[in-house]
Amino acid sequence: MNYDRILIRYGEISTKGRNRNKFVEKLKRSIQRAIVDYPNAKVQGKRERMHIVLNGDNGDEIIQRIKGIFGISSLSPAVKTSNEIEEMKEAALKLFQRVYTEGSTFKISARRADKTYFLDTNELNQTFGAHLLKNIPGLKVDVKKPDINLQIEVREEGTYLSCENIPGAGGLPIGSSGKAMLMLSGGIDSPVSGFLSMKRGLELEAVHFFSPPFTSERSKQKVIELAEKLSYANGGYFTLHIVPFTAIQQLIQKQVPENYTMTTTRRLMLRITDALREKFGGLAIVTGESLGQVASQTIESMYAINDVTNTPILRPLITMDKTDIIKIAQDIDTHDISIQPYEDCCTVFVPSSPKTKPKKEKVQYYESFVDFEPLIMEAVEGTETIQISPKKEQEADSLDELF
Amino acid sequence: MIYLDNSATTRPYKEVIDSFVKVSTDYFGNPSSLHQLGVQAENLLSKGRKQLADLLGVKPGEVFFTSGGTESNNLAIKGAAIKHRGRGNHIITTEVEHASVRETMNQLKQLGFEITYLPVNSEGRMNIDDLEKAISRDTILVTVMHVNNEVGTIQPVEEVGKFLQKYPRVLFHVDYVQGAGKIPLDLKRHHIDLCSISGHKFHGLKGTGLLYVRDGVQISPLLTGGSQEFTIRSGTENVAGAVAMAKALRLTMEKQRSDSGRLVSMKEQMIQGLMELSDVTIHTPSVHSAPHIINFSIKGFKAEVFVHALEEKGVYVSTTSACSSKKKSTSTTLLAMGVDEGLANSSVRISLSYENRMEEINQALTIIKETVKNLKEVMK
Repeated sequence: MNYDRILIRYGEISTKGRNRNKFVEKLKRSIQRAIVDYPNAKVQGKRERMHIVLNGDNGDEIIQRIKGIFGISSLSPAVKTSNEIEEMKEAALKLFQRVYTEGSTFKISARRADKTYFLDTNELNQTFGAHLLKNIPGLKVDVKKPDINLQIEVREEGTYLSCENIPGAGGLPIGSSGKAMLMLSGGIDSPVSGFLSMKRGLELEAVHFFSPPFTSERSKQKVIELAEKLSYANGGYFTLHIVPFTAIQQLIQKQVPENYTMTTTRRLMLRITDALREKFGGLAIVTGESLGQVASQTIESMYAINDVTNTPILRPLITMDKTDIIKIAQDIDTHDISIQPYEDCCTVFVPSSPKTKPKKEKVQYYESFVDFEPLIMEAVEGTETIQISPKKEQEADSLDELF
Repeated sequence: MIYLDNSATTRPYKEVIDSFVKVSTDYFGNPSSLHQLGVQAENLLSKGRKQLADLLGVKPGEVFFTSGGTESNNLAIKGAAIKHRGRGNHIITTEVEHASVRETMNQLKQLGFEITYLPVNSEGRMNIDDLEKAISRDTILVTVMHVNNEVGTIQPVEEVGKFLQKYPRVLFHVDYVQGAGKIPLDLKRHHIDLCSISGHKFHGLKGTGLLYVRDGVQISPLLTGGSQEFTIRSGTENVAGAVAMAKALRLTMEKQRSDSGRLVSMKEQMIQGLMELSDVTIHTPSVHSAPHIINFSIKGFKAEVFVHALEEKGVYVSTTSACSSKKKSTSTTLLAMGVDEGLANSSVRISLSYENRMEEINQALTIIKETVKNLKEVMK
């Protein structure tokens, strides 16, 4: 027997008290988005757990799709039967044989949610244990560390059987913690930072600074690819803002002493991101900064740069070592994109010796000779917004006929 | 014309040629160039790589473009031998490999590697027990073809893959050139580390191929230079060829799903018809053989004469494998199977594709029967 549903267990959602329904709704939406091209599968969200009823769609493929969705603590391929004991036994055996390999041990974990059922938990365990032992020669019981744990849950509406427990991505459903802007440079850190904040339930829109001809089309392409990778955690959807930054960078080079250009550049990026955040309705800014990694990420630099806004700046990587960040980047498949050697906005205008301990007052003074505000408005106006969505990938371009 | 020499090469699909022309005309940039034309070319190459990876059930980063089956086999075998020579100098293969493997082995032998050739049974199939006996502490690579190009025997590559799980230091290469698009092969499930595929065997273009290199497996490049193909294979990429190959494999695998049964029926029809002739020996085993290859001998007939006689009537078949056809050497596969030299010298190979139709098979059979009759009269 093939399983007919996927049972989804929530992680921390279940501790969120009165907000729980909202969380379940967000998770349901994430899952529905991820499996939109499976028309028969239906998502049923309940308070304690969620079911995807397959209705004939391919369960293994759907599991692959949703494994990475935040807010799922674990999932199991499952079968629903009536509470008729013979039907339950037959289903149990078939489901078990799907995963059984010679030499595996097992145990039965029965639960009787319907307390009026004629067998109690112990009797259920014994009945099903005996049935499997009788039908699978050589099978052994191991209640402490079984290879296969057949879970049987008898409820009023029917019985659910499952024997695989696939770990989910954990975290909170995307969107359940509100929205923020992610400063996405194209390097290794910012995608990781974005991933981790999405894991805590943030809905993100990315902001990238583009300075043609100083940065190439390829560096933009790279950021689009990174955004696509991040979209996987969000059912294939992601919003990316590309800010035209050339004019501002050129003005900074002209106005500010060389060793302070980096500080001013970061301050202006932050101001623009903040303006975009306000325009698109976010409540925080996420960066990939890690303490002491480069000149702009010393505590003095952060103090001088952070000066331009009161908006919370979230730095998920602040205490992480580079090697740990790289490891996550490899896991989420962004590392190889990030290390492509194309110039980006951070590398082209880097002064030979940037201040590692810039003074807030000094940078304010250097900037005071120009009114950057109109330029910031202009950059915000000229920002190109790219919507990444799974459909777009399918419709794709005219190039598809070549394949 | 009835073309029955599809294991030598296939006629490229029209759609495949269209893609090649379009890419060569409109997207001629060098994928390494920084400008937009380069980006476009690189995107096309990536898309092709991804499509091929999806079709083969592997990751895009595991697909490396080459110029074809011969290069893929050379790269896999020499690349692995050079990279891991510090670990050992022993390589195991079979007696029935394609020339591009066989000659590579000869070259490696001259360089000091020790080669074991596993024997095959009368059906041309190797045996796991022989492999177990041959394997030693010095073994670094086992290379076994999937479908034999001369007689169509399917080697037990799946068992070999499973068996080699006990030897994590030994790499496993499969020459999948004849099997691709005809018989599915799960590269991941069968623990295959390296796998060669050639585009022109499934209606792609000549000069296109790929080598699958499992994530984590290291091999040395044979062509060094501009570090293309993740430094495994330098040289400006054949973008149009790669796109064409991706399309050819997609179209072929669609046919594989819909037309596999038809291919088998055509093969069976052909074998049945041939068996009606007197003095015929079918070398292709009746089970565990590819659905598109039929190898047979008619006692006393010179294969070459027979091939030309059929050609005169518009039926194209081949003596042994096309690559060795011109050298007039006796088929190594048949000799290894224990077929006597006289019979081996009269062997003819018919190879089909999804493009063939049953009417063609019947027509070809009629022509073959006539030809046999005429030739017999001449030779009497």
